[in-house]
This record gives sequence, C-alpha cells and structure tokens, in this order.
Amino acid sequence: MTATTTDHSRAVADGAHSHGLVPAGSRAERVTSFDLADIPVPSGREEEWRFSPVARLQPLFAETLASDGVTVTVEAAPEVKVETVARDDARLGKAGKPGDRTAVSAWNAVTEATVVTVPAEAVASDVTSVRIDGVSKDATAQHLLVHAERHSEAVVVIDHRGDALLNQTVEVVVEDGAQLTVVSVQDWADGAVHAAAHRSTVGRDARLKHVVVTFGGDVVRITPDATFTAPGGEVEMVGLYFADADQHQEHRLFVDHGVPSCKSRVTYKGALQGSGAHTVWVGDVLIQAEAEDTDTYELNRNLVLTDGARADSVPNLEIETGEIAGAGHASATGRFDDEQLFYLMARGIPETDARRLVVRGFFAELIDEIGVASVEERLLASIEAELEKSMSVITGAPAAE
Amino acid sequence: MPTLEIRDLHVSVETKEGPKPILRGVDLTIASGETHAIMGPNGSGKSTLASALAGHPKYEVTSGTVTLDGEDVLAMSVDERARAGLFLAMQYPVEVPGVSVANFLRTAKTAISGEAPALRTWGKEVRGAMENLRIDSSFAERSVNEGFSGGEKKRHEILQMELFKPHFAILDETDSGLDVDALRVVSEGVNRAKETTDVGVLLITHYTRILRYIKPDFVHVFVDGRIAEEGGPELAERLEAEGYDRYVGTGATMSA
Ligand SMILES: Nc1ncnc2c1ncn2[C@@H]1O[C@H](COP(=O)(O)OP(=O)(O)OP(=O)(O)O)[C@@H](O)[C@H]1O
Ligand SMILES: [Mg+2]
Repeated sequence: MTATTTDHSRAVADGAHSHGLVPAGSRAERVTSFDLADIPVPSGREEEWRFSPVARLQPLFAETLASDGVTVTVEAAPEVKVETVARDDARLGKAGKPGDRTAVSAWNAVTEATVVTVPAEAVASDVTSVRIDGVSKDATAQHLLVHAERHSEAVVVIDHRGDALLNQTVEVVVEDGAQLTVVSVQDWADGAVHAAAHRSTVGRDARLKHVVVTFGGDVVRITPDATFTAPGGEVEMVGLYFADADQHQEHRLFVDHGVPSCKSRVTYKGALQGSGAHTVWVGDVLIQAEAEDTDTYELNRNLVLTDGARADSVPNLEIETGEIAGAGHASATGRFDDEQLFYLMARGIPETDARRLVVRGFFAELIDEIGVASVEERLLASIEAELEKSMSVITGAPAAE
Repeated sequence: MPTLEIRDLHVSVETKEGPKPILRGVDLTIASGETHAIMGPNGSGKSTLASALAGHPKYEVTSGTVTLDGEDVLAMSVDERARAGLFLAMQYPVEVPGVSVANFLRTAKTAISGEAPALRTWGKEVRGAMENLRIDSSFAERSVNEGFSGGEKKRHEILQMELFKPHFAILDETDSGLDVDALRVVSEGVNRAKETTDVGVLLITHYTRILRYIKPDFVHVFVDGRIAEEGGPELAERLEAEGYDRYVGTGATMSA
C-alpha cells in the first residue's frame, strides 16, 4: 500500500503551495480558450495528456466532428424543461472555457445542444434521465447544458451506452441557492472511446453534487471542472470506476476556489483487474488568494485486484492564502488484501462471496454518498457483474452472462 | 464423538529466501469437550500450527496428516475447514473495511450452517451474545475489526466462536492484551461455548492466568516446532515458575 495524506489546514501563506507526484505548474496558468488555434493537438508529452492513450483519442481531436454517432433521449421530471438549441444560443459557453484539446474540439464541432432547465424555485419530483446511445462509430460531438435556476432542486442522470466515438461537453450551471445532483454513468460497450469536459459553475449558497461512474468503454477520459462564482457554495464530487483488462479510465478534476467561504469534497474510488487495466486520477484544487475560509478535502483510493493493472493517482493542491478553514488530500493505491480474504474464508465464507464482500466494502461508503437510489442499485449490479468477470479469471469458470 | 487428530505435521512458511521449515513433527489428538493448552516460547511455531490448521496459504504442509472425524482436513479449502467445524480465533484479527459486523456475522453463519438463520431469533442471539461479552450494540454497524482496540478484537473473535458453534476452536493468544475484567468476560464466553456445544479447545497462551478461568485437561509444551512435553494442569504452573530453559537447553536448539 502506498499512501500519502496531507493536512494543509495550518499551511502558511507562502505564495503558491503545490505538490503532487510531479509538479504540474499552476492550474491558474493553464491555457483555456474557445479558439481551436489556442490549443493544438497534443503529442502525449503534455502534462494533461501524459497518462492518456493519445493515439486512440486522435479522432476526437479533429476540427470537425459528426453529430449522428449518438442519439440523445431525455425523460424529464414534469417540472423540468428540455430544449434542443442551436450552437449560438446565448446560454451556452457560460460555465467556463475549454481547457484541453478534446474540450475545444467538442466546443467548435457541435451544431446544436440539449438544454435541460430546472426553473427557478422548482423542485423536481423525479429524476431527469438523459440517455446517450452510441449508434455508429463516426467521431461525434455532443453538447449538454444542465441549468439549475435559483433555488431549484433536481437530480439529472446522464447515461451512456452502446458503442461510440464521442467527444462531449457537459455544462452545469447552478445558480444561487439551487441544489443540483448530476450523475454521469459510463456504461459503454467494448470499443467505445469517450472524452468529456464537464464544466460547472456554482453560485451563492448553491450546492452541486457531481457523480461520475465509469465501467465500460475502451477509453474514457473525463475532466470535471467546478468554479465557485459567489461565497457559500458547496461542491461534492464523487467518482467510482472499475477498469478491466485493456481499459483506460481517466478522471481529471479541477476545483477552482476563487471566492471566499466555499466548500469542496472530492472522493474517488476505483478498482482494477486484468492486464492492461489502467486508471488515472488527477485531482487539482486551487485555492486563490481571495478564497479565504475555504474548506476542501480530496481523496482517491484504488484497489488493484489482479496483476498487470496500473493505477495512477496524483492529488495536487495549490494554496495561495493562509486564511483557510481546512485543506487536505489523501491518495492510496493498494493490492487486494489476501489476509482479508483469509479471515473471511476462515469463517466459512466461500472465496467468491468473500471477494465480493471485500470489494463491495471498499466502495460501500461511496455508494451511500450518491443518494440516488436507482443509480445505487444499478451500481451494485454493475459491481457484481465486474466481479463475476474477475471470479471467472480466478476460478477458471466462464462468467455468467 | 468428533476428534481432531494431528499426526507428524511438518510445515514450512513461504519467505523471500524460499520455504523455511517451522513445524517439525507435531502430534496431537483433541477429542470433543477437551481443552488442551499449548505453551511455548516466542517463535516456537504456535501460531504457525494454528494457521496451518486453518489453511492459511502462506503455510505449506510438507508432511503429516490432520483429520477431523476421519476426514482429511488438509485436502479442504480454508472455507471448507470452517464449515467442517474448525474455528481459529486469531492472534491478530484482520480489519475488513466497509463490511459491517452484523453483515459479516450473518454471512458467515449462513455459510457455516448452509442456510440463512431465522431473522428474528438470530438478531436476538447476536444481541444476547454481544451483551454477555460486554460488546456495545453499536459494534454491529461498525466495520469488522476496523478501529477496534486489541481487547475488542479478541472479544469479537470469541463472539464468533459462540455464534458459529464450531466442533473445534483454536484460540491463539486470545488472552494477550486483555485486562483482568476482559479476561474474565472472554473466559466466560469460552466456558459457555464448552458447556453448550461440547467444543474441543486448543488454547495457545503464554500465561497461566487464563488457565485459572478455562481449566485445561492437558498442557503441551511447544518448543522449536514440536511438542516437547505433555502433562496435566500442574505443568502450566511449573512452566510459569521455571520458564522454558530446560527444554531449550536440551535436544534440538531453537533456530535463530
Ligand atoms: N511469513 C513468515 N516469514 C518468515 N518467517 C516466519 C513467517 N511466519 C512465521 N515465521 C517464523 O516462524 C517462526 C514461528 O512463528 P510463530 O508465529 O508460529 O511463533 P509463535 O510460537 O506463535 O510465537 P509468539 O509466541 O511470539 O506468538 C518464527 O521464527 C517466525 O519468525
Ligand atoms: Mg503466535
């Protein structure tokens, strides 16, 4: 087990305070732009691409992309409004600028966008579900805006299935006092390649719960950003991933504390099994000089179930003010613990059940945190299905369909 | 009447430098209802014996036999041994994060008895057993052994012994790290199990104080991977007074 835990709550204001496994340069200095020319196609050596299979993502870097590789179907709660709008709709592009090549390509390539609006003061009585089905392998751009107007409340689940080459933008605007939960489930079939830039803004006393669940696809690379626009905001980012042989699952998030008295919590957990399974977690948190009284904590844990899998985990906390309420991060990657297995089996529990208990236990607190019952159930079922695969590797029996 | 029979058991442990022989011919027969105490110096192989009986994968049996009621224990997987009625209360119980004690106990009980315990009576039984062992009811919702104190872990082991009702229980230094009150509470638990289930007990310990509560029928002196002497309860007193010098000095010396 390798682990690092750092508590910065008493950190002094010594200018930028940053550390990760590799000093990444300040996030504040990273180029962001709506203009393709500003962000060239990466070679793979760039900081933000160094863990990524750039060759497999290549089709998504293009200047033009199709729009018909996926279908978008929205089942909205009765209080929630759904529109399809042209790319020049004034509401688009308000949640920040693209921060890497796939993001800027997606922005420039889309022709239209789906806009999901939770009207002011409305409390959605049901989950709003956005289904994205891969229908062809034409590299495709797609854009979704989820807009929670002031003092509204809603849960939006974005569900990805099928096979696709998708370059996606998800904008999330949470206005003052609103409470929004956005869940993105990557349940792709084998072969899918998916890049997604999630850009969020969180207003005064607003609350965003952002959940990412990644199981399927060949390559999934998601970059959730959150920016606070006024004091009192709260962001909870929760992520859960399970990578099999030859899957690449990358989650790079960035929480930008630029105003005082906001709170962020990041908890990502992943399991890996099979040779060539690769997960990447990069957690950038920036506490700017103005962001006094910030409270932030981020955590990433990885459970490596078999040989040949690799988990990269890079927490990166930059603190530009000493007047903070709390700041810390923790990162740990450990192998499946055979002593736990022995203990459970020594109590009569068969090996498959014992493994299941340990892995479920690893994810347990996280699943409770999601707070959307339908997603939690599906997740448990997906974890079971994943474990079924590893069990078949261990016992030599074919996996149940 | 079930019997646990260990014959000429040789066991090696996997190390970075290759297999290292630890047990060098252990002979021991335990019948139901009997209590055998094993005492011996640090590193003499007591925990190795316990782990090998439970089937820990790090320990390789190089020769000898273990039978439970005539059945070949060594041919069984770890979980099969437990279901056959073997129980090991570990010297260092393992933490299992995210798995609640309540879920763990129910899952294990179901596996051992082959069917889920009746909900109503099981809940009552667990609560009763926890009360007897002075385990606060809040522990049911905590993760198995996670953040438990040393004494709490040991009580949790004996809780399982009482609930799972094994035919044979190996208690590896269950008394270590217990204060006087906890020692009494834990000993009472073991004695309850002995009375109600006729369990055979193999009690590994360094101290006679637990033997004042749990009366052994036999005492074995364990030195350098085998039993060096056997006797009745009086042997324990002598060991506490004289130590192990007389055994270590003669015959095979302890390997470093
Ligand atoms: N995994 C291992 N690698 C190397 N040596 C080991 C391993 N496990 C056990 N041993 C060695 O085997 C010997 C017996 O250990 P064991 O734990 O069985 O002793 P013990 O009698 O239970 O001692 P104690 O009274 O201290 O609990 C010791 O010398 C120990 O160092
Ligand atoms: Mg020991």
